[in-house]
Amino acid sequence: MARVPVQFTLNGQDRAEFVESGVTLLHALRHTMGDTSPKAGCQQGTCGACTVIVDGELRLSCLTLAETCEGASIETAAGLANEGLLHPLQRAIVDGFAAQCGFCTPGMIMAAKTLLDHTPNPTRDDVVEAISGNICRCTGYEPIIQAVLTAAQSNSQKAG
Amino acid sequence: MSLAVQTFSSVRDASDALESEGIRYLGGGTLVVRAVNEGDVSITGYVRSTAPTLQTIDIAEGRATVGASVTMAAILAHVGLAGLHPVAKAVGGPAVRNMATVGGNLFAPAPYGDFTVGLLALDATVHSSDGDAPIEDFLAARNDRRKPDLVTAVSLDVPSAGVLRFLKVSRVKPRGVSVVTIAAALALDDAGKVSSARIALGCMADRPMRAHVAEQALIGRQLVKEEIREAVAVIGEGTNPVTDPVASAWYRSEVLPVHFSRLLLG
Repeated sequence: MARVPVQFTLNGQDRAEFVESGVTLLHALRHTMGDTSPKAGCQQGTCGACTVIVDGELRLSCLTLAETCEGASIETAAGLANEGLLHPLQRAIVDGFAAQCGFCTPGMIMAAKTLLDHTPNPTRDDVVEAISGNICRCTGYEPIIQAVLTAAQSNSQKAG
Repeated sequence: MSLAVQTFSSVRDASDALESEGIRYLGGGTLVVRAVNEGDVSITGYVRSTAPTLQTIDIAEGRATVGASVTMAAILAHVGLAGLHPVAKAVGGPAVRNMATVGGNLFAPAPYGDFTVGLLALDATVHSSDGDAPIEDFLAARNDRRKPDLVTAVSLDVPSAGVLRFLKVSRVKPRGVSVVTIAAALALDDAGKVSSARIALGCMADRPMRAHVAEQALIGRQLVKEEIREAVAVIGEGTNPVTDPVASAWYRSEVLPVHFSRLLLG
């Protein structure tokens, strides 16, 4: 199968790789670029474990072709920590015991990050809607919702 | 599994490329890439078009033309299409809404295709590379075409907010796969009686369908419990609901009249 070049920014770093034509962004990230933070769950667009941010928009990397991301800016959970310091969402997830098996967590965090990027002070309903495309089979969602609200509060205190 | 991707700047070139066996049009990927991931080996390649017209929403003289590549998120971001917002919001979670397109939704098999249920109730027209068709005709023939059309847009009279009564019933809150989806575009006369009705159902067949018998039964009736009884009794006429992990055909048939009644009275 022919290989095609793709270039995009991954967590702020320029990346240029050859990938097999028609391969998904999820596959390219995990198997070509070594970023295993997006998880291969259902690969049907149902579970949200593969969720990443492409040009500021939430996308399912399992249903997005790598070739369609040419020139895009891609963010994954692997790029959130800064110089060893966890992102406030990651910190709140850890402190609030909002990850059990952890498989949904990277996708859940990216969905929550998109929410907080656009709505810094969300309501509980905003959070529920924001993570409505992400399935968690461990926590019952409540600790995750609380963690997102805690991260938002932490952000607003810093801003204040 | 790897497949060739052909990208064209013109709709015509993309349409021509679809004539090859096994080539499927790639919109948002929520149907076609999903099928490939699931192991559909009949798909041998993708065709996509970057033509700007496919991504345009145009509103003129009360008529909206929505490009086939317009996403559910773009519908939700457009204030002129507020009447469609409850329908677009019923599709998936935020990531799916950023990807799922109006054109793709026309081809979504049950239990998907909620947006098309709304378009069917609103009497939309489907524009494709081979001409225009009322949405009901398009849906009836969508799988029978020898040469696949490339849908370019849908057009419809801009619905005011609240004109379309829309209900998606799902077991998972706030967003889940549909048990049954109902859309009703009703016009009432000065006496509050129904003067025209278009009712569309999702999951009650392999694709969205009209409830013609119930529509007729509503004409001249007020939307009160006593007067909608006949329409509620016949809402299931002509349906052939799907059975899937979400619900059995029997269950869908049983709950349809209940939810239809609530939609009319709510």
